[in-house]
Parts: sequence; structure tokens; C-alpha cells
Amino acid sequence: MSYSLDFSAVIDRLPELLVACLATIGLAIAGMSLATIIGVLGVVARRSRFKLLRGFVIGFVELIRNTPFLVQIFFIFFALPQLGLRLNPTVTAIVALALNGGAYAIEIIRGGVDAVPKGQVEAGLALGLGRAQIFRHIILKPALRAVYPSLTSQFIMLTLTTSVCTSIAAYELTSVAQKIEADTFRSFEVYFSITLLYLVISSLMMGVFGLISRLSFSYPVK
Amino acid sequence: MPTIGPNELFFLMQGLKWTIALTLIGFAGGGVFGLLVALARTAEAPSMRRATAGYIAVFQGTPLLMQLFVVYYGVALLGFNIDAWIAVAIAFTLHASAFLGEIWRGGIQAVPKGQTEAARALGLHYRSIMKDVVLPQALRISLPATIGFLVQLIKGTSLAAIVGFVELSRAGQIVSNQTFRPLTVFAIVGLIYFLICWPLSLWGAGVEKRLQTAAR
Repeated sequence: MSYSLDFSAVIDRLPELLVACLATIGLAIAGMSLATIIGVLGVVARRSRFKLLRGFVIGFVELIRNTPFLVQIFFIFFALPQLGLRLNPTVTAIVALALNGGAYAIEIIRGGVDAVPKGQVEAGLALGLGRAQIFRHIILKPALRAVYPSLTSQFIMLTLTTSVCTSIAAYELTSVAQKIEADTFRSFEVYFSITLLYLVISSLMMGVFGLISRLSFSYPVK
Repeated sequence: MPTIGPNELFFLMQGLKWTIALTLIGFAGGGVFGLLVALARTAEAPSMRRATAGYIAVFQGTPLLMQLFVVYYGVALLGFNIDAWIAVAIAFTLHASAFLGEIWRGGIQAVPKGQTEAARALGLHYRSIMKDVVLPQALRISLPATIGFLVQLIKGTSLAAIVGFVELSRAGQIVSNQTFRPLTVFAIVGLIYFLICWPLSLWGAGVEKRLQTAAR
């Protein structure tokens, strides 16, 4: 039996797919922004004087980094309602992406923060800056610049991970693709086209990240 | 309300068996092809470098889930009538070959150039330069990243659940649906993944620290 490829099913529903691409990008941006906030707060908490807080952050990072995203999103979506917390699919997806991306962001940003020379912090103290000012201007800014490449490649991974949100039927590119597949039975054509769309999305994001880097980190280091 | 007894745990363990099997197949197959990718990526012929760069970019720029879907349905289109697990294993092998290829390319390029030049001056041919001089050092340098990818691969096998393959995550979903105890079931499933991945992560971090101290 020979099979002839027929992409008309995909072409007919291209508008639907493009809107779904926007939903995927939206999920990714929400996840990234929250992940960055969690990352910075997590690093602050990890440097706190309270042992319990430090332990909590370490435990959170290890737990998230050593379990699959699929199990995390299942846990939030199916298990938390048992504890009385019921979230809709989109909110679940954003929370799961934020927590997952946040754990990686904490590890990455911490690497950059630890690499800031001690002498610079002491110089800040000598200039009479407060603790918060020192953290913001002397530690965080150069640290974010230093870890920007690894942070953004982690964010590209996070964008690709949004596809897993289809498992709880959140509205994004993969779940729309699955719907089209169910309507047309053109499985290969649909998934092949979607794969290309993801490739375009991740390339676009890499371009934007490069642009942001050139715009905001163009000042000389020394 | 049904409880989680030995039967349910046994079912989870059956799923775990497939999670481990998929990981091992993907890692072994990906290791073999990944080595070829890394060698081609650092080859002298520009066409080989470009082709493998594209291969890596495609696999790193698309979701693993899509790779699973495309291979799963693509293999059927090509007329092969094979078991689902073979299709999934092929997808994981391709995925792993691209990522390991990129990791080991970094390792090969991190070996000082003088080593290759010295080996060539001694009259060693390509095969021997790679096998006896460059690769042993390159693989050592890339060991932490390789372990890191192994953890990523173990977690990645959970996506086979979405294609309908019964590994640990899918087994958890089935048990959860039968017992109406998602909290306990997914906590157990998460714990199993954690107990496998965490020691590997610690090992990777330990190796990385040792390599850093050795390099100083």
C-alpha cells in the first residue's frame, strides 16, 4: 500500500495554527518572565541568613530538576485539586512552566552571582552602598550579563517544553495540532508541519534574545 | 474507594522497567550515533560540518514531543510495520545522538590543538589520533555534561506517555485513573524519578568539581 502525502489538511487550517503559535509564544513568555523572577528571588533566598529558607530553595531546585516536567504538570493539574486547589489548564501550564524554569534559573543565576569577585562587593561597602543597592547594582547586573547565554538557551528549552502542556489540554500549538489530527487523520503531515513551526518559533526567539543582548549589554565590561 | 496495593505498585514497576529500557536504548544508540555526529561536526570537510550542524540545530530547536510524533508516524508511513516501542526507541536514539554529538563536539574542541598537532607530527593517522589522543580527553571533559544529558533523557522518556506508550508516567496516569488517588500516585511516580535522577545529578556535579580542581 502506498501513501501519498497530503498537506491540504494543514494548509486549510493554517490560520488556526498561527493563532495557536501565538498562544505557545504567550505561554513561553509568561513562563520565562515568572521564571526569571523566581530565579532572582530564589538566589536572594539562597543567600539568606535563615538556614530553613536556604534548605527550602535547595530542596525545591533539586526536586524540580530531577523529576520530569510531565509529572510536575500532572501533579499540579490532577493532584492539587485533592488538596483543594483547582486551576484551569492555562493557569496550570503557566504555573508549571514558571516553577520548572524558575528552578533552572535559580541554578544558573546563582552561578553568575557566585562568580562576582568579593572585592567588588567590598568596594561597594566602602562606598557606603546599602545591602540592597549592592545586590542590585554590583552583584545582580553583572551576574545576569554573565549568565545571559545559558539563561536564554534554558528559556528556548522552556519554550519547547510548552508542547508538553497538551497533556492537560491547555490551549497551545501541540493541542491544536492534535485536534486537527483527530479531525483529518493526517498525523504525519500535521506533526511534521508543527515541528517546522516550532523550529521557526525557537529561531525567532534566539534572534530576539541576540538582539536584546546587543541592545542592553553593549556597554564595555572594563 | 480503591487503595494502592501491591498490584498497583507492581504495575508502576512494569512501567519503570520500560522507562529504564527506553533510556538505556536511547543512550546506547545515541552514544554510537552521537560519536559519529561529533566526529563529523569536527571533521575537516566543511560539507560534513554544515550537515551535522543542521542536524543538531533541528533536534535542539524542536520539542522532543514533536520528534516522537514525527518518527512514530513517519516510520509507519515508510511502510515499516514495527512495534510502538521500537518507533519510540528510534526517536530517542536520534534525539540523543544530536545532543550527545553537540556535547562531545564541545569536548573535542576543548582538547588543546597542540595535542592533535603533536600526534600528527608523530605520524599517527586520523583514527589513532582520535581514538588514542583526542577522544579519551574529550570524553573526560564532557563527562559532567554527558551525565546531565542522561538525566534529561530519563525525564524525557516520560513524553512517550503522550504517544500512548506505557512507561512509568503513563502507568502512573492509569493507576491514578483507576484508584482516584492522583496525589499519592503522582507523588510516588515523582519520587521514583527523583531517586533515579538525583544520584546521577550528584555524581555529575561531583565529577565537574573534580575536573575543575584538576584543571587548576
